[in-house]
Amino acid sequence: MSFPATRLSVVERTRSHDEETRRVAWATIIEAYWKPVYKYLRMKWSLSPDEAADLTQEFFTTTLEKEVVERYDPARARFRTYLRLCLDGFAANARKAERRLKRGGDVTVVPLDFQTAEGEMARHEGSVPADVDELFYREWVRALFERSVADVKRHAEQAGRQVMFDVFARYDLADEGEARPTYAELARERGLTAATVTNHLAAMRRQFRQIVLDRLRELTSSEDEFEAEAARLLGSRSLDAARDKR
Amino acid sequence: MNWISDRAIDRLRDAAAWPELDDRYTITGVAGHGGMGTVYVARDQVLDREVAVKVLDVTDHQGSRAARLTREAHILARLDHPGIVPVHDAGVLPDGRAFYVMKLVRGRRLDDVLVGAAPQAVRLDLFARVLDAVGFAHAHGVVHRDLKPENIMAGAFGEVFVMDWGVAQDGAADVEPAVVGTPGFMPPEQAGAREVDARADVFALGVVLAQLMDNEPSPALAAIAAKAQHADPAARYQTVEQLAADVARFRNQDPVSAYRESVLERSLRIYRRYELPILLLVAYVVMRFVLLVAVGV
Repeated sequence: MSFPATRLSVVERTRSHDEETRRVAWATIIEAYWKPVYKYLRMKWSLSPDEAADLTQEFFTTTLEKEVVERYDPARARFRTYLRLCLDGFAANARKAERRLKRGGDVTVVPLDFQTAEGEMARHEGSVPADVDELFYREWVRALFERSVADVKRHAEQAGRQVMFDVFARYDLADEGEARPTYAELARERGLTAATVTNHLAAMRRQFRQIVLDRLRELTSSEDEFEAEAARLLGSRSLDAARDKR
Repeated sequence: MNWISDRAIDRLRDAAAWPELDDRYTITGVAGHGGMGTVYVARDQVLDREVAVKVLDVTDHQGSRAARLTREAHILARLDHPGIVPVHDAGVLPDGRAFYVMKLVRGRRLDDVLVGAAPQAVRLDLFARVLDAVGFAHAHGVVHRDLKPENIMAGAFGEVFVMDWGVAQDGAADVEPAVVGTPGFMPPEQAGAREVDARADVFALGVVLAQLMDNEPSPALAAIAAKAQHADPAARYQTVEQLAADVARFRNQDPVSAYRESVLERSLRIYRRYELPILLLVAYVVMRFVLLVAVGV
C-alpha cells in the first residue's frame, strides 16, 4: 500500500554514498520545491521574474546542497519550514549584496520551466497571505498535488481507465469559475450511471490519497513529521467545504 | 502538468480525507476535529438514525495511533454510563484508517456554556454530572487524563457527555512514557510524564470547577477548587467521589471539608439555607411581641 516505515527520506538519501541515489534524491527535492521557491521569491520578496528565476537556480545549485541540507537537523524543524527560513536568509543576503545573475549564467542543475511558473502567477487567486509560512505551504501543496494528479492520470492511462480520470478531473479538479456538475449531470455527460460516477470518483480519490501520502512520506524526515504533515494536509478542515463535497 | 487552483486544492484535500464507509453509513458532514482525527456526521441506514464517526486523519503504518483509537473505542464500549458517549461499531477503512462509530451528541461544549449566561447553579449541576461520569470511569480503572471544558458536551436537557478518551489510561499497566494531556489542566506528575492515578483527573476537574465559578466565588467553593488543584496529589481529594461530595455539600449549603468557616460565615450560611423558616419564626415572634404590648395577649 505504501513505502515501508523504514524507507529513507529524500533528505537522508542526499547524504548517501551512492552517487545515483544522491542524484535522484536531489532531483526529487528540486521537483518538489522549485516552484514554491520561485513563487515565494516573486510574491514575498517582490522580485522580478528574471531575478526570481536566477535566485531559484542559485539556491538549488549552490546554497541548498552546501548550506541547507548539510546543516538540517530533523529534530529541530520540519524540512519545509527549515528550507523556507534558509531561503529567506539567502534572499536577504542576495538583496543586501545586490547580487544578480544573468539568466542562463552559471550552472543549471535541472531545466526548470520558469515560463510556466510565471504564467501560473497570473492565475493566483486572492491576495498574498500575510503569513509567509502559509504562502510557502500553499505553493508547496500545489506542487505536490500537481505531481500527484499527474501520477494518477498516468496510472489511469496505463490501466486503460482514462474515463475514470476524466470523471475525477471534471468533478474534483474543476477550476475557479467552472461550474461543477452534479453526479447525475456528470453521469449523463459521460454516458454512465450515477453509481458508476460515484465508484470512479471513490477509486480515483483513494489512489490520489495514497500517492500523496507516499510522496509525503518521501519528503518528510521522520514518522512524526509525516503524520503531522498528513494530518494538516488531509485532515478535513472545514464543515462548509465538506458539506459542499457531495 | 496542469495548474491546480486554490479551490481545487481545497476540494482535493477534502475529497482525499472523506472516509469511504460501507453502505450502512452515509457521511453527511463534519462534526469537528481532534488531535488524532476528524469526527464526521453520518446516517446509519440500517437503524435510520444519525451517528458520529471518528476517523484517524492518517493511515497509521506503525499502528500506534490506530491502536489508540481502537483502545478508545474499547474503553467507550466498556464504560456504559449516561455521561459517557456509547460506541456502536469500529473498524478500518479501505485506505487503512481506523474509525469507530458512536452516538451523535448534540449540544454545546462546556467552554461555550461558560461563555454564555448560564447561572452558577446550572453550571454546578452540569459539573456534578461530569463528576458522576468520571467517577464511574475511575471505578472501572480508567483515568481520562485530558479533562477540560472542550472535551465535555452539554445537551439541551442538562445531560452531559465526557468526550475524547483517546489518551485515557486504562489500568495501572497502561502508562505511556510521553506527556499526554493539555497544559493548564495537567497536574505536575502528569506534566512530568510520571505515572498518574485518578487524582490526575481530580486536578483537571479542579481547574474546570475554577472556570465554572462566578467571578467572585464564595470562599467555600474557591477552597474546593483549590484543594482539587493542589500540586501535591496527597493533599488533593483522593477520589472524585470525595470531590463530588464536597461540591454536593456546597450546593446544599452544608459545611464543606475544604474550608473552615468563621462563626459569622456559618451563621450567614445557616441563615441562607433556612431563610424562609427563620423569617417566619422572626415574623411570628414580632407578631407575638406586638400583640403582647398592644393587646396584652
